[in-house]
Amino acid sequence: MEKINSFLSFKKSTECLCARVECKILRSHLLREMEGAWEIAFVLFQVWLSIVVGLIVLPAMFGVSLGFTDIYIKVLVKTLEWATLRIQRGQKEQPTLPSQSANGIIEKDDGSMEEEIGELRRSHPKNLAGGDFTMCDAFYFCKKGIENIVEDQVTQRFTSEELASWNLLTRTNNNFRYISVRLTIIWGLGVFIRYCILLPLRITLAVIGLSWLVIGTTLVGLLPSCNAKNWLSDLVHITCYRICARGLSATIRYHNKENRPKKGGICVANHTSPIDIVILANDGCYAMVGQVHGGLMGVIQRSIVRSCPHVWFERSEMKDRHAVAKRLKDHIADKTKLPILIFPEGTCINNTSVMMFKKGSFEIGGTIYPVAIKYDPQFGDAFWNSAKYNMVSYLLRMMTSWAIVCNVWYLPPMTRQDGEDAVQFANRVKSAIAHQGGLVDLSWDGGLKREKVKESFKEEQQKMYSSMIVGSDFHEASVGPA
Amino acid sequence: MGSTNSTLLKIPNVEVLMQETGFSPAHIIRLHDRFKALDKEGRGHLCPQDFGAIKELAMNPIGDRIIGAFFSPGKEMVDFHTFVKILAHFRPVDKDRPKEPNSPELINSRSNKLKFAFQLYDQDKDGKISRDELLKVLRAMLGMQVTEEQLESIADRTIQEADLDRDDAISFEEFRKSLEKVNIDHKMSIRFLR
Repeated sequence: MEKINSFLSFKKSTECLCARVECKILRSHLLREMEGAWEIAFVLFQVWLSIVVGLIVLPAMFGVSLGFTDIYIKVLVKTLEWATLRIQRGQKEQPTLPSQSANGIIEKDDGSMEEEIGELRRSHPKNLAGGDFTMCDAFYFCKKGIENIVEDQVTQRFTSEELASWNLLTRTNNNFRYISVRLTIIWGLGVFIRYCILLPLRITLAVIGLSWLVIGTTLVGLLPSCNAKNWLSDLVHITCYRICARGLSATIRYHNKENRPKKGGICVANHTSPIDIVILANDGCYAMVGQVHGGLMGVIQRSIVRSCPHVWFERSEMKDRHAVAKRLKDHIADKTKLPILIFPEGTCINNTSVMMFKKGSFEIGGTIYPVAIKYDPQFGDAFWNSAKYNMVSYLLRMMTSWAIVCNVWYLPPMTRQDGEDAVQFANRVKSAIAHQGGLVDLSWDGGLKREKVKESFKEEQQKMYSSMIVGSDFHEASVGPA
Repeated sequence: MGSTNSTLLKIPNVEVLMQETGFSPAHIIRLHDRFKALDKEGRGHLCPQDFGAIKELAMNPIGDRIIGAFFSPGKEMVDFHTFVKILAHFRPVDKDRPKEPNSPELINSRSNKLKFAFQLYDQDKDGKISRDELLKVLRAMLGMQVTEEQLESIADRTIQEADLDRDDAISFEEFRKSLEKVNIDHKMSIRFLR
């Protein structure tokens, strides 16, 4: 009996011991597996990084394209065409009216005030004794007023351009309803590709690009002034901008490269987004002009100014127009310095039109090299609506679009002619840019989105109308919308 | 993906609105977006300053009168329904719609369009455009570009031509008669592209 009891207790203790040992083995097994998982993750990350560096960064440094972006764009175009056809099939019951402009929602008569009122009056006999007025003249102003209530030219330019057909991004989906299961699946696939594959890739590239910019320019800045320094500085700048451009899947076509801005000149372009700088700097080196910022921007500004001269203004200096003009003049007088890059509109416009150019940049003198930038909205809307999005959410939107496709036209250089004042010169340059880029040439001031209209505009309207009524003096229409 | 149906549902009494005004769902949605865009502070109604913020309207010589047409006398707010109903005056005339004998007159009929224009002149809403009111409109449209005498002679001639019952004012009937040859449908209509 005792023997059985002792045997049983021995058995129990060995069982306990075994259980404890098993626990220990399991725990060390798990730990090893976790470490193994970390190792695998680390290895994957290394592979990922080397792919990115090898296939994207290095070719970017040498300006070579491996053709991935081209294939990507081709596939995208085919998919979007298919999607468009599906949507059109689904919308067949709605009659399609011809759309005059991509952004307009109401049909606007393009006639001038004289033409419109003339048409109104056709039924009336002309009586010149008391002046040429009829009660239906008010209809013209009334209709114009109501048209502006429904849609006005200025606010229109600060909202994103509407697409004729959907490009599978939720953000551009205004008028398009649910069409079919297949389309929804493709859209879902698109979301996955954009957010899980493209976004991490692009963020990696952006980080690499910007950090290389800061580090590279700081290193170059340590060298003494010599030709090699300038050459190296250009190389660093271009490489970083190329990496950033790849980070946005940007496909840029440059036209008329023989008109590229030269040293000692001023490059002038229409402004749609902060990315414009990356787009232009991919094909040449420019001296940037701007206000000193804090934070990350400030770090970048301080480092790039070490390797080549850029023009950064303190906020207090900006108010003194003469000081600003003098600094810019000194910069372009020195023929070894890079051409200045200026955006005379002063604010971001939605890339369907060009608004008033501020005359400040055109008073400095020197040669102006106009550049027109036109984005293709089918692949991603590049417009920065600063009222709606801050910089970070804007960049995220850019990085989750399909791609940025744009055309850049270099226009022949222009100089101010005798008898032309700064405003007329600015308008001449603006028309040339608008004409080349296929944008609408507007006289409105981009700053108007924040300020009130000047009384002079109303007077313009009154002048034009009165010249029809009284007819004796012909009032010359000066700067102002017709 | 489809946000159109949900937007329509957010608008109260949208069916009645479409029935009364004749706007299609897509147009109502566009007008709703525009209403929200003008209503910058998100109050759900518009006040005269919101209209005044439209740059091109501010430079229109009779802009104030057009804005005034949206607000009933004494009221300083206009809600979405009223907004759409007033804009409905400018819908193109439906040529295909059959004329039902007992149906109320359409908002965008020729007569109602003329009435809208009439009230731009007739600010005190007494049904007649007096000489004074005509002078005021002329001054608004011509500004400082003409002299007082020129204005008065224009006003006199206009009343002389249109005033048939010699009461030195233009009633709505006289207004309508003097403009009977004008293509109101074309000149007082706004077509939506989509």
